[in-house]
Amino acid sequence: MNNTNTRIGLFTIIVAFMLAMMPLPDWAIAFRPDWVTLVLIYWTMALPASIGVTIAWLAGLMLDVSHSALLGQHALGLVLVIYIIHTQHQRLRVASLVQQALVIFFLLLLKQALVLWVSGIMGHAPDTWLYFMPSLTSALIWPWVYIILRDLRRKFVYQPHY
Amino acid sequence: MQTLFIQGPSVTLRTLILVIASIVLMTVDHRWSHMEGVRNALAYVLYPLQYTIDLPIRLYHWSDETLSTHQTLLDKNHQLEDLNLQNRVRLQKLDILEKENQRLRELLRATPKTGEQFLIAEIINVDVDPYRQLITINKGSNDNVYSSQPAIDAQGVVGQTIHVSAMSSTIMLITDASHALPVQIDRTGLRAVAFGTGKIDYLDLRHIPHSADIREGDTLITSGLGGRFPANYPVAVITQIERSPDETFVTVRAEPLAQLDRSREVLLVWHNQPLIIPNIDE
Repeated sequence: MNNTNTRIGLFTIIVAFMLAMMPLPDWAIAFRPDWVTLVLIYWTMALPASIGVTIAWLAGLMLDVSHSALLGQHALGLVLVIYIIHTQHQRLRVASLVQQALVIFFLLLLKQALVLWVSGIMGHAPDTWLYFMPSLTSALIWPWVYIILRDLRRKFVYQPHY
Repeated sequence: MQTLFIQGPSVTLRTLILVIASIVLMTVDHRWSHMEGVRNALAYVLYPLQYTIDLPIRLYHWSDETLSTHQTLLDKNHQLEDLNLQNRVRLQKLDILEKENQRLRELLRATPKTGEQFLIAEIINVDVDPYRQLITINKGSNDNVYSSQPAIDAQGVVGQTIHVSAMSSTIMLITDASHALPVQIDRTGLRAVAFGTGKIDYLDLRHIPHSADIREGDTLITSGLGGRFPANYPVAVITQIERSPDETFVTVRAEPLAQLDRSREVLLVWHNQPLIIPNIDE
């Protein structure tokens, strides 16, 4: 496990958290991409040995705290998404960006459905289809996230493996 | 270096454990309050991030104040002095009324009225869940803020704290879908419960019978029932009443008086404190 890898990974995850909490104008809030999940997906694909389900679970707990949700609500969804990415990372790496985006769209729908399910049990489920909008915007923005993070990784970390 | 064969528990096993841990955590968090400590510790880690996000806005307000002209500041000062004079005159009267009220209560051998203490908290500008009505403030258990403490602003009741960490806390607004507030119509004394709707601009009053004396424009104040909120603070104004004969109850909507989406500061209230009548000269 490379130390620089983990450091760059953690740094981008922190930036993702800040983007996730950044105040936006009212019309844009519903369209905010799920930054934390996107960044975690990238690092799981790139460095499955250092960043995986455990870090995803911890990040999910932080998301729960920032959302004042039940502890474990986002963590559960995030762990499952990252698990699927982790088992399929070799196939996903060779897929085109559009195919990756499509996979991410469905995985994020799964995650949002899990979060919604728990919110529903708690009695405060949102009553609009806009709720699922972040899955779409995340999938649309994925190619740029991928390219930016890849360049960042190549700039700071030279990894001769794979 | 990457290890090929020695990897500890497999990813599938780890995922399984984490999934079960999540479900257990959710159950425990929902039913008991044991997890507040964990949540507060994590919130403590999150606070620097929230502070950094809020910094540009803070900086903007600060520079707005620092770079404003001498004349603007003078004007503002004059305005505030005028306002202060008016408030002082009103307070004199209130002071006498307070004392009279206390005397009368002593005569009646009623329980003495309790006083309230306030603390100003600034709202940290972070967006969390767009489908819940929550705000974060910069005061926490270091300032003796406690869980389910009422918060008000200059116009009316804002909400109550739900999570309190060392340096910040989360306030659930009265418009959150899971919030309910015992209120009273100040004109008639009719008691009701104001439910949040998940929309920032109205509350629902449920279970109001058709025969109730209720009009558009009536002001709702806190009734103090339930013990969480101090009595007699303004909450909302009734904006819409629909009396449909096939419904058991009247549909009543009220607009919150507090500036829920605009204010930058809220007042935290400690009630059930012994009454201290503040000396205005101090």
